[in-house]
Amino acid sequence: MSQKIDQDHARFKQIVKGRIKSDLRKYISRGDMIGKQGKDKVSIPVHSIDMPRFRYNLKDSGGVGQGEGEVGDSLGGDPQKGDGQGQAGDQPGQHSLEVEFSLEDLAKIIGEELELPNIKPRGTRTIKAPKDKYNAIRHTGPESLRHFKRTYREALKRQITMGTYDKNCPVIVPIKEDKRFRSWKESVIPQTNAVIIYIMDVSGSMGEEQKLMVRIESFWIDTWLRYQYDGIESRYIIHDTKAREVDQDTFYRTKESGGTMISSAYAVAADIVEKEYPVDEWNIYIFQFSDGDNWSREDTNRCFSILTERLLPKINLFGYGQVKSPYGSGQFIHDLEEAYGTKEENLILSNIPDRDAIMDSIRDFLGKGK
Amino acid sequence: MSELPRYLREMQLRVEDVAKSYGLDFFPTHFIVLDYKTMNEVAAYGGFPSRYPHWRYGMEYDRLSKSHIFGLSKIYEMVINNDPCYAYLLEGNSLMEQKMVMAHVMAHNDFFKNNFTFSKTERHMINEMANHAVKVRRAMEKYGVEEIENFIDVCLSIENLIDVYSQFIVRQPMEPPPDTGETRIDSGAIHRFDAKPYMESFINPPEYLETQKEKIRESMKNRNRLPWAPTSDVLNFLIHYAPLNTWERMILETIREEAYYFAPQAMTKIMNEGWATFWHTKMMTEKLLEPSEVINYADTTSGVTYQAKGQLNPYKMGLELFRYIEERWNRGAFGPEYHNCTDIEQRLHWNTQANKGIEKIFEVRRHFSDVTFLDEFFTEDFANERQFFNYDFNKSKEEYVISTREFNEIKQRLLFQLTNRGQPVIEVVDANYHNRSELYLVHRHNGIDLEVPYAKATLENINRIWKRPVNIRTVFKNKHLVLSYDGQIHTSNEVKENEGW
Repeated sequence: MSQKIDQDHARFKQIVKGRIKSDLRKYISRGDMIGKQGKDKVSIPVHSIDMPRFRYNLKDSGGVGQGEGEVGDSLGGDPQKGDGQGQAGDQPGQHSLEVEFSLEDLAKIIGEELELPNIKPRGTRTIKAPKDKYNAIRHTGPESLRHFKRTYREALKRQITMGTYDKNCPVIVPIKEDKRFRSWKESVIPQTNAVIIYIMDVSGSMGEEQKLMVRIESFWIDTWLRYQYDGIESRYIIHDTKAREVDQDTFYRTKESGGTMISSAYAVAADIVEKEYPVDEWNIYIFQFSDGDNWSREDTNRCFSILTERLLPKINLFGYGQVKSPYGSGQFIHDLEEAYGTKEENLILSNIPDRDAIMDSIRDFLGKGK
Repeated sequence: MSELPRYLREMQLRVEDVAKSYGLDFFPTHFIVLDYKTMNEVAAYGGFPSRYPHWRYGMEYDRLSKSHIFGLSKIYEMVINNDPCYAYLLEGNSLMEQKMVMAHVMAHNDFFKNNFTFSKTERHMINEMANHAVKVRRAMEKYGVEEIENFIDVCLSIENLIDVYSQFIVRQPMEPPPDTGETRIDSGAIHRFDAKPYMESFINPPEYLETQKEKIRESMKNRNRLPWAPTSDVLNFLIHYAPLNTWERMILETIREEAYYFAPQAMTKIMNEGWATFWHTKMMTEKLLEPSEVINYADTTSGVTYQAKGQLNPYKMGLELFRYIEERWNRGAFGPEYHNCTDIEQRLHWNTQANKGIEKIFEVRRHFSDVTFLDEFFTEDFANERQFFNYDFNKSKEEYVISTREFNEIKQRLLFQLTNRGQPVIEVVDANYHNRSELYLVHRHNGIDLEVPYAKATLENINRIWKRPVNIRTVFKNKHLVLSYDGQIHTSNEVKENEGW
């Protein structure tokens, strides 16, 4: 009977995807997806998919029920949240729709929405990217891609086996089943090597909300880059007055406090880069998040010297994201701006006043396709 | 579409014989066996094999498939009001279940054929729906899927604004009659009683005639008003007067036609399901059931009539009401003598051996819809015996609580929920509001407010059709308001109670 449902179902999914895109900010600023991996499913409630109508305010209208109980007794739960059967007549069901997406799908949607460009290749090793190549043969396809030789061969084979081949009059007439068409195969070819170093300020002036914002943003940057390239490497550094390298889990969950010496983190990052990632083979990205409240001017100067001498010449991108904190002075971003202005192309500064700004910040960092 | 297997075909003949022996009168029925996947597909399309493409069917399919996978629901039966009637059986159901579904379907079929609300429905709707599908597809090919689908969304958001009774009675026309009123007065539009000349001034007093003339003149003053008389068939009004292009009008007409087709099913949900359940239980227990099937049958039927606390299951409500009617009319518990009797004992044991139960329920199934059905037969005795109550949302407790067991309030609420299929009554009152060809709708408020965010979104959709500002007058939290949308911004103005009707 009707196979048309596939079409409508696909359309529906497309619409859901569209809705998610338009509400992306809301979903992205939710913290509960942190820690999920590429194939993990996340479920997203889509509220706005039902048809608007002139209809009664259900909370106002109550209902009629049947059973035991005194006046004033609770019914337990929401009787109107059923499948619409509770209301005689034709009330629409009140279910909110939950759709499942894998993180990869979400990353893809984010990429589309933010119009993030692909990243420039450098080096030759670990990272693999898929590429389509026309080196396959299929039984169906457009006439323009018909493979003449193969088609001829198939027709010949068939005519010989059927005994209709006449060597005195070798006319070969291909029928539909003989036709072969050129087609593509997805081949994985090694492309780029990349390492991302995340630096987070976990000093006392960074509140829970600030840390969460940092984590959300680095999580999505990570998800997007991982979706783009297999085998990307990530390193995590946290610092207060001292810096240390930690694993991913610690980075996303740790609670610390103390003062702030940003230079300590820069030194650790520079060590990692120098020891492990030769410049000619690796794309190196560093994202640093802080509330911009450094311990002293002196330390800030130390930062600049590390940045200028040991980091900026070697790396593709240094992203500094400054979250707004009620305690911090927020001075560091101004110092950076003053010291480098626009002359360093691979230094990007971004202000993140609240969760809604996370999207824009991601675009600031990745929008240039470095 | 495969032929029905022989054993099911034989079963169908047997069920039909039994149904006929009880007096059920139905269209010829085609049963089709489907696997669960196809069943979900067909169910997503409301049982129709071919409908215009739209994402909401995909959404419904998504929901059905998921709840099927998780074992939350199973579609037993689906039946289409059509001549011949089409019904679907789920592959893999037990023979007892198939038999039960067949019996259930026969009663639905009888109801479609005989209930008055269905009398005006298109009986070849399967073909009509297929035609709609072709038309919409063609338009999509020509103007793009997105464009058409967006407009369908717009139309669907007002598909409930129809006038279901307009099929049965003659409404005031939307435009005034061509004469000016004086001609109608002269031609005797005013009713006068026959009277001998010397009695004329007593039977037809001149003052009375004069006031009648005034009334006609008064109504003619509004000649230029459109619509001449307010209409709740908003769809029809828009089809006639909104600036639509050909395909837009075609889609709006399609949506309206389908809305009218489905309306009777919403108007008789309780009766229809009650009737079908009443008959399948009767046929199964009296004639069709094998002894070995009794336990499974009882289990299945109890599932059909299960009701969670605080919900109304139309199957159960309808079934109980029909049984109640049958029982009362069997023992003659009707008519003035019974109603005037105040002795509870006597009423309880009232029996005149009238035996009119079956005759009565057949009469009821022909002449009633849910509203009148409950109005007439949902009595105090019935409600008390079955422990009905009202519940409301308690704001301080943040939950629903039982608010009353007072019969009149319960009944009033039930009737309210059923009136106009549980939809607010919205009328087009003026198409030239403020003398700026703005559309003016009035919500006939009867105690319950509209959901305002939804109302605003709906106004936006009507604006898409009307293309000029649209307004709706309603009552919100005891304030009389006119909500307006001019294509860019929403405004809301408080108005006096008796202003602008």
